[in-house]
Amino acid sequence: MILKMAAVRRMMKLYGLGFHAIRQQTSLRASRVPQQRAFHVNGAQRQQPFDSSVEKPQFPGASAEFVDQLEFIKPNVISGIPIYRVMDRQGQIIRPTEDPQLSKDTVLNFYQKMTLLNTMDRILYESQRQGRISFYMTNYGEEGTHIGSAAALNPNDLVFGQYREAGVLMFRGFPLDLFMAQCYANADDLGKGRQMPVHYGSRDLNFVTISSPLATQLPQAAGAAYALKRENSNRAVICYFGEGAASEGDAHAGFNFAATLECPLIFFCRNNGYAISTPTNEQYRGDGIAARGPGYGMMSIRVDGNDVFAVYNATKEARRRAVAENQPFLIEAMTYRIGHHSTSDDSSAYRSVDEVNYWDKQDHPISRLRHYMTAHGWWGEDEERAWRKQSRKLVMEAFERAERRLKPHPDLMFTDVYEEMNPGLQKQKESMWRHIQQYKEHYPLDLYDK
Amino acid sequence: YAVIHRNSCPSVKASLGAATHFFQPIRSPLTSVSLVTFGVTLLKLFPSCTFKPKTQKRHAAHFTFHPDPVPTKYGSTMKMNLFQSVTSALDNTLSSDPTAVIFGEDVAFGGVFRCTVGLRDKYGKDRVFNTPLCEQGIVGFGIGAAVGGATAIAEIQFADYIFPAFDQIVNEAAKYRYRSGNLYDCGNLTIRAPWGCVGHGSLYHSQSPEAFFAHCPGIKVVVPRGPIQAKGLLLSCIADRNPCIFFEPKILYRAAVEQVPTEPYLIPLSQAEVLQEGSDLTVVAWGTQVHVMREVAAMAQEKLGVSCEVIDLQTILPWDIETVCKSVVKTGRLLISHEAPVTGGFAAEISSTVQEECFLNLEAPITRVCGYDTPFPHIFEPFYIPDKWKCFDAVKRMINY
Repeated sequence: MILKMAAVRRMMKLYGLGFHAIRQQTSLRASRVPQQRAFHVNGAQRQQPFDSSVEKPQFPGASAEFVDQLEFIKPNVISGIPIYRVMDRQGQIIRPTEDPQLSKDTVLNFYQKMTLLNTMDRILYESQRQGRISFYMTNYGEEGTHIGSAAALNPNDLVFGQYREAGVLMFRGFPLDLFMAQCYANADDLGKGRQMPVHYGSRDLNFVTISSPLATQLPQAAGAAYALKRENSNRAVICYFGEGAASEGDAHAGFNFAATLECPLIFFCRNNGYAISTPTNEQYRGDGIAARGPGYGMMSIRVDGNDVFAVYNATKEARRRAVAENQPFLIEAMTYRIGHHSTSDDSSAYRSVDEVNYWDKQDHPISRLRHYMTAHGWWGEDEERAWRKQSRKLVMEAFERAERRLKPHPDLMFTDVYEEMNPGLQKQKESMWRHIQQYKEHYPLDLYDK
Repeated sequence: YAVIHRNSCPSVKASLGAATHFFQPIRSPLTSVSLVTFGVTLLKLFPSCTFKPKTQKRHAAHFTFHPDPVPTKYGSTMKMNLFQSVTSALDNTLSSDPTAVIFGEDVAFGGVFRCTVGLRDKYGKDRVFNTPLCEQGIVGFGIGAAVGGATAIAEIQFADYIFPAFDQIVNEAAKYRYRSGNLYDCGNLTIRAPWGCVGHGSLYHSQSPEAFFAHCPGIKVVVPRGPIQAKGLLLSCIADRNPCIFFEPKILYRAAVEQVPTEPYLIPLSQAEVLQEGSDLTVVAWGTQVHVMREVAAMAQEKLGVSCEVIDLQTILPWDIETVCKSVVKTGRLLISHEAPVTGGFAAEISSTVQEECFLNLEAPITRVCGYDTPFPHIFEPFYIPDKWKCFDAVKRMINY
């Protein structure tokens, strides 16, 4: 037993990974009974029995061996965590066994969702430019990470997003009308017009409403996953974030809580190269985000985020094991933010046009999937033309409807602060209305629901 | 974060004037040009979409910026908006203090509000640099830099995002000197953060969190009303031997243009400024709201014949009790206004102190016109903010009390 563990440990050391051998054993045990989601109070069964007779370290904080040579561990023991992909840039399957073998309908749905998202982005980006909405953030270049991961989940898995995951919501069936309603903050907005554009949320689609502060969702996702685990409901949680957000203190808390409390959770990092203007080499010095997983005792993988099948496979397997084994998984999807950070940003101030062009023209998740579809004879110029026309029409019609709609009733400013209206707030609301009645001409009441 | 800044408010943009050379073109020669063209074409293809959108009137600012007279005592001046005057203060500091460093998210390329434009190139990337995206890290690092002997100027991208650093500010920065018996301090730390409403910033790009920090002895909290004050007060914060938080009204970054002295100068902290003398009613505000109150004072004079004394508090902590109380003793009425929610806002503190100090002088209840006790809402902002009509109405009620 000790020998075997030593061997495992040597192997881990070789790869610079600090897995706990015991975690492996727990995993194996759990995977034999995948349906039974054992609920452990963490810790007790992990601790090795104390035995002072063995000449090995007894420190409670680490299970390792003594060495007698001074040697620092290098930050990158290997040349970098490899990037898993299924398709090459031309959409060719590299290893047939990795082909997820999705049906034509499924793949066409992937493509249509990715391109519909792209079309919606273009329209809403432009409408912000024209002053029709106050703000927008596009998803250009990251469509593969959204659709690939969303497709690998169960519909009742709970999503905690950051703010650039509209595709996940779209894949789950969030209608264009509701996207538009949110961005226009009109009376149909599920969020009641309170948040800036792109802060979507849907109770029906298990998509927790977006909040602007970064990385706050990570520890929350761990908590949610813990609650789902206790319910034994065969649900997982997925938590999206960027490589910039991963620098926040909350990211550390989220990773550590999820690992120690054994939460069925997928941390999905969209590493798109930039946090507004800050490039990754000013964001971190280790091997990306995936390299942090082992430090937290977490299963981790890096995938090509522009390969929708690679994202799908990795998320699917992580999801299966997260639920079966009650442990978090970390997926780092390498991708590129082709658009500006937001409509308030001009990225030409900090990156070159050539760089952006490369990703837009040479390595785009949409074109890669299209190559795949074309190669299978599933998609041609005619289909493309017809779909483009149809998708633009869908988006424009929704856009028009949203624009015509009134804003929510101003009373909604005061509700949901607490579940119940309190007397103080009630008084403030009444005082506001008394004031507005008296100074009507100075308030844009005609734009709001009566 | 969903940053909102450039071109966020066309009316503000229009008043840029000399600022334009600081300012990157909005349409970049990126691939997005083709995306933009696509969108335009599409909007044109659907002529029915040319109707007037039912969007909020976000372009109509709720205030008119009142520039200060050109200062004469600090030498030559230049036309600057608020972000440029901040840059100018930082530039002066970097040039005179070799230990000074400036850091935060995205500051290297000039900052999302352009406050650090050109400074990295001028002073080197070891003095003006990006940090990883972590507010608690930025402030903790700043405290450490100050303890280590540097002049640390930390930028938090939005005041709304300062809360991860709350522990570092409240438990560390504010108590460093006291807990060590003055063996150590981080007085050389200044934290800058864009603050206040901007027309469409909603929950997380609009907050005015000064009251949270006003409850924290050991730090100073400052809010300027325009470019001239911004530079003088920021330089005072940097020079001050206590950790300071400097909140910059982001709606004024471009909207506020004044003739600002190019040389360094100090405007004293903890000193309120009487902007307009009056005899009937004292109004106290800070930041953007000062301009709302100036307009209210003019309306009160014109429509009610009421003479208002307008005070810009400038420093929230420790605040200038004397100036405010002296004024209230004279006028007998006090109106305080801020954007932050009324309950527990800093107006409450002022009100309480003035009531204690000037009880017998009061002719009407001290009145607060502030944000409602809700998060800062998006589409309801025109109803939420303590605009001039609400303040004017309060003046009327106070006079008729």
